[in-house]
Amino acid sequence: MRENWSSGRLTRRGVFSAAGLAGASVALPLHALAQSAKPDPAISEVQDWQRQLGDGVDKRAYGTPSKFEAHVVRRNVAWLTAAPESAANFTPLHALDGIITPSGLCFERHHSGIAEIDPAKHRLMINGLVDKPLVFTMDDLRRMPRTSRICFLECAANTGMEWRGAQLNGCQFTHGMIHNVMYTGVPLKLLLDEAGLKPNAKWLMLEGGDASGMNRSLPTEKALSDVLLAFAMNGEALRPEQGYPLRAVIPGWEGNLWVKWLRRIEVGDKPWAAREETARYTDLLADGRARQYTFVMDAKSVVTNPSPQAPLKYRGRNLLSGFAWSGRGAVKRVDVSLDGGRNWKTARLEAPVLDKSMTRFHLDFDWNGEELMVQSRAIDSTGYVQPDKQELRRIRGVNSVYHNNGIQSWLVRGNGEVENVELG
Amino acid sequence: MSNSASRITALVVGLLAVAAADAAEKPSKMGIGRPALPEEIAAWDTDVQADGRGLPPGRGTVKQGEEIYIARCASCHGEFGQGAGRWPALAGGQGSLKADRPSKTIGSFWSAVAPLYDYTRRTMPWGNARTLSADETYAVVAFLLNLNDIVPDGFELNDRNLASVKMPNATGFSADDREVSEKKFWNKNPCMKNCRDVPKITGRAGDTNVTPDAKSGPKVD
Ligand code: HEC
Repeated sequence: MRENWSSGRLTRRGVFSAAGLAGASVALPLHALAQSAKPDPAISEVQDWQRQLGDGVDKRAYGTPSKFEAHVVRRNVAWLTAAPESAANFTPLHALDGIITPSGLCFERHHSGIAEIDPAKHRLMINGLVDKPLVFTMDDLRRMPRTSRICFLECAANTGMEWRGAQLNGCQFTHGMIHNVMYTGVPLKLLLDEAGLKPNAKWLMLEGGDASGMNRSLPTEKALSDVLLAFAMNGEALRPEQGYPLRAVIPGWEGNLWVKWLRRIEVGDKPWAAREETARYTDLLADGRARQYTFVMDAKSVVTNPSPQAPLKYRGRNLLSGFAWSGRGAVKRVDVSLDGGRNWKTARLEAPVLDKSMTRFHLDFDWNGEELMVQSRAIDSTGYVQPDKQELRRIRGVNSVYHNNGIQSWLVRGNGEVENVELG
Repeated sequence: MSNSASRITALVVGLLAVAAADAAEKPSKMGIGRPALPEEIAAWDTDVQADGRGLPPGRGTVKQGEEIYIARCASCHGEFGQGAGRWPALAGGQGSLKADRPSKTIGSFWSAVAPLYDYTRRTMPWGNARTLSADETYAVVAFLLNLNDIVPDGFELNDRNLASVKMPNATGFSADDREVSEKKFWNKNPCMKNCRDVPKITGRAGDTNVTPDAKSGPKVD
């Protein structure tokens, strides 16, 4: 399986063997309750770990996952870009539980590689239309009032490869440019108050300290409402690939705005129309015009289990599981269809259900080897209903690249294998 | 309530109102952080805004830009801006935005020159960013405009004329109108039963044979 991935080949065989199923024909155990002929050696035999001493406390100063979980990693689709320093990898959504993405599994997108910044040499400058241009050190920021908040970060290009039809076999690849993390930091409002906004201050420009100097425009209205400048994720310092030592957190809005390695905020009166808001991160429609400053992420969901990397292995009772989220508010309801959108059942939402956070849903179902066409549909607190892919294409065409939140379809075959399909 | 008591109440309410208005006008200051020095602002505040505000003084010609481009850019972006291998194309594609496979380049898609100057100066050449001088940036941007048939061969680009160069797709962008144009997605009664015909499979990821060398592979950008 390794060879498949390291040579960059994303073949069905690769995906399926990654899930522990070699080839096509797999005998599916009928029922968990079926009487077994012989006693289970996992019970009847004494295992090594039941006899011998394990590692002592000094062996794992910073703990890592069990060696049996080594396949649960971010993965790159090498053909997407010319070089790994300007590329993306994908969160293994099918292997997660609950709503928090472990820091080391949060997808990455860099435009000039991962900057390794010494926090003692990091500065944040606020200048432009302010009463007093200011400079802050990381220690300064850590003396200010702070908040923690769980929210999702979705790349605007998540699912971008699927506009023209089913492309990639795995929710990791179709939906994995998202993560959900508890971020901790200083409300941006406190810093802007400290510098004092001039009356004509309407937009901010956030700028990164890496070699891409990523810059994006942000309306002051959003900046003053719920934006954080975060130094921590999931209880520890940001990971370098997530912008250590400082990044912007802009709940509900596209990931590219969440500038990493944040070094400067300039206050202005108009948006900057920077490269990442003209040439990129604009949504080209069928009439040749492009939507600009499409910040909010529309409501969206995906079934993560079953999915191509997580086939069904047992007949009888199964648990369907997935994620739903909305940049406009909280997830209100998720419906699931097993027959390609003909009939829907409302799924069970797992607590906590938070504003602008990924939300976990479940549905218990019985499966007897029949073909399934699995879909999920998110509804958010504003009443927005996640659209069908065809409906979305009728409005947006197929060249948008960004903001594809159409309903995903998985085909489950009689042998439990799952494929990404397009339904008509 | 006695007269004096009501007067005291009025006074207290009045004071509270003054205090509240005060807090609203002058946000409470933490006294953390220090003033940025003019030299520090000059060192970092090098961005250029959409209308050209922030451009440094300087100039460069198409001819000077061609030399810089061949030496420092062409290895990735191709001699004619066509993009070597999977590196981004910087020219071509004009008139393709409605096509089945649009090509979004400086000539076909970018709306203004100022962001091109800004981007080139902040991050190109890739892997050796912030090494072009102001004049070199004017020159190489002039050459990129010439490659896209936007300015003539003898053109000099400078801080005074940059903002007036018209880009072919200058008016091609509109504001986010999803809440109007996609209003029907706020659907009060999503269908639950017998919502459609029996679906047919019209495409399979397994058929796309998405391999790493697939030149036609879609791009993340
Ligand atoms: C080592 C390869 C390399 C070299 C050399 C290079 N670039 Fe780039 N260039 C890139 C990559 C990669 C990107 C896309 C970066 C990203 O967004 O992730 C890019 C993007 C661009 C873009 C934006 C294209 C668009 O439409 O969005 C421009 C303009 C550009 N480069 C100009 C230049 C200029 C001018 C030079 C020479 C001074 C140069 N580049 C040298 C790799 C290179």
